[in-house]
Amino acid sequence: MKAYAVNHPIGDIVRSLLPAPWAAIANGALAVAVIAGLVTVSAIFLIWLERKVCAHFQARLGPTRVGPFGLLQPIADAIKLLMKENLRPRGVDNLAYFMAPLLPITGSFLVLAVMPFDHNLQVVDLQAGVVYVVAVSGLGILGILIGGWGSNNKYSLLGSMRSGAQLFSYELSMVLCLLLIVMASGSASLREIVLSQQGTVADWWIFKLPVAGFLAFFLFMISSTAELNRGPLDLSEAESELTGGFHTEYTGISFSMFFLAEFVNMFASAGLGATFFLGGFLAPQFGIGPVDYALAAVPGVIWFFLKTYFLIFLYMWFRWTFPRLRIDHLLSLEWKFLLPVSMANLLLAATLVTFKLIIP
Amino acid sequence: MATEQGYALPPGFSLRETRADGSQEYFLNMGPQHPSTHGVLKLVVRLDGETVIEVVPHLGFIHRAIEKMGENETFVQYIHLTDRMDYLSSHINNLCVCLAIEKAMGIGVPERGEYIRVMVSELQRIQSHLLWWGAFGMDLGAVSAFLYGFKEREKITALFEELCGARLTMNFFRPGGSNADVPENFLARVKEILEELKFSLDEFEVLLTKNPIIRERTLGVGALSRERAINYGCSGPVGRASGIDFDVRKHDPYSVYDRFQFDVPLGKNGDCYDRYMVRMQEMRESIRILAQAMAGFPEGQYRSKEKASYKVPAGSYYANVETARGLYATYMVSDNSFKPYRIKSRSPNFSNLSAINEMSRGGKIADLVAILSTLDLIIPDIDR
Repeated sequence: MKAYAVNHPIGDIVRSLLPAPWAAIANGALAVAVIAGLVTVSAIFLIWLERKVCAHFQARLGPTRVGPFGLLQPIADAIKLLMKENLRPRGVDNLAYFMAPLLPITGSFLVLAVMPFDHNLQVVDLQAGVVYVVAVSGLGILGILIGGWGSNNKYSLLGSMRSGAQLFSYELSMVLCLLLIVMASGSASLREIVLSQQGTVADWWIFKLPVAGFLAFFLFMISSTAELNRGPLDLSEAESELTGGFHTEYTGISFSMFFLAEFVNMFASAGLGATFFLGGFLAPQFGIGPVDYALAAVPGVIWFFLKTYFLIFLYMWFRWTFPRLRIDHLLSLEWKFLLPVSMANLLLAATLVTFKLIIP
Repeated sequence: MATEQGYALPPGFSLRETRADGSQEYFLNMGPQHPSTHGVLKLVVRLDGETVIEVVPHLGFIHRAIEKMGENETFVQYIHLTDRMDYLSSHINNLCVCLAIEKAMGIGVPERGEYIRVMVSELQRIQSHLLWWGAFGMDLGAVSAFLYGFKEREKITALFEELCGARLTMNFFRPGGSNADVPENFLARVKEILEELKFSLDEFEVLLTKNPIIRERTLGVGALSRERAINYGCSGPVGRASGIDFDVRKHDPYSVYDRFQFDVPLGKNGDCYDRYMVRMQEMRESIRILAQAMAGFPEGQYRSKEKASYKVPAGSYYANVETARGLYATYMVSDNSFKPYRIKSRSPNFSNLSAINEMSRGGKIADLVAILSTLDLIIPDIDR
């Protein structure tokens, strides 16, 4: 396995300038600033992208007026949302109502902390990175549940109860899919998982594990769509049934926090998909000398974003094509189909790994 | 339930006692401002969790006393008021009033006028069904379908705009024909629209009809038996989906509908899927009628000689038509004057809506939305 530098040059410069404890603090602050910037910029870009993609799926043009290609439209939207009065409806639970919007965004923020963007571009590389990712992404569910409960609105309550049932169930098959990759790569660190996919495109986990890899990717995409509360599995929002679902009562900045979290979550989830199945920041290699050389010359962070945005496009494609499932169909899909299939898939992968049919 | 939290039940409503497991039924107001009621309809839904126990529609939010207003307008002036009832079938509503006046005064319609009436009515039916198709997709969460439906509908709406200057409230038909002849390129444009429509309908079938999620959500949902449908007075696609073989165009032909070959699509189970399929097939049947009408479109006058005044002789007159939603009828009583003594409209939506409680009982909230969508309600037509 090729060795890569773990530290980013900027971190090394900070370390050489400051004494150790101060350097750690300064580097931490830098990392937070970078992730915060990434969250904001990618959310704004994703909102624009979603509007454009959806518009073109629907034979429209989407935003064109504000800025070139309507690129500044999300900023105009954000200003509008921030200027709005943050209403507090009668009878809400103050703490729950105002705390809930902060939780989902925190969750996705924390997931990005372990995301390997490039060889040496990662805030922290945890040994149990996968466990951490699964744990902190649960914060989003909590936010939706608390927000729906605290809003004192029956539509919100219905939406949050739906999402409770939905997200907890779909978490299972998603975790099983991630577990499969952990088992195959022999590590729970996200960086190690990426590095275990070195080689050609055929060494990415989606292709390297015969059948099981692709099936796991497929199941991951379905269950993460449910986790993201995006159509066709956006039951907790379900605007045609529950008007707005869990965020019916939210306006202004509180609503925009939920909105932002939805897009950052999508980015984080697609990033996980790219990391686990599509070789993360590794450049695709085809075993053809000059082509490989050219592809490898492109920085890893660009490959990471390309793969992530490809998966994001898939999420958008789902959303603007399929109609919404009903809650009981959704749950039977998970418990009667996805969960048994992902368990069988796990068994299959375990067999492959045990009998050394793949090289971890 | 504490009133200070805004939970007070409206007078006359009561909930059952809390059950042994601590759960309780509750009321949910769907509407008058709700995305899937498509207008100002209010449904008070009694729920047990997500399961619907009872649905009580509350009407009258958009009551404008159109029938009473009609008593203060002349007979011809009343035509435009019917635009405001079922605004997606406004041409067909107008036609019904014209038919009643023609019956009363013995006015004939020239051949070309009749063909214009049939063609415009069928185009209106397709246009209405296209909007329904889009809205159905949106109600079930396929938002893109809404735009696809509207894209096709827009072509017909543009044609109507050229025809009569209006896109929604047409006011085009007059006793004895219509208020203007069709534009020169009318036939060519209809032909072009139909060619494109056939292609789009095939696409629509792929997008929604064959979609497994749509099938799961509509098959067996909101079933209405034939007997109950008759009892509720359901007509149009809702009635035909339940197996009632009744179409005014076929069984009490008006205008020149008896000259055209077309089938009346029927459903078996009366569920959402049947209602969906009946409408999809009706669009193809309308295309058939239009093709025949185009082939035999005659030259000549579009309207018989206009009368100096439309003074309807004393008596009562009745005419019925098949709108995109079912049986629409006008019953007018005249006391030998220029204004009707009394006008009564029979609108299909009111009767169709009345079946909603029976259809949605025991289903989920999502089923209620699917049922509302396949009933294809136009609220101003219910309240009038």
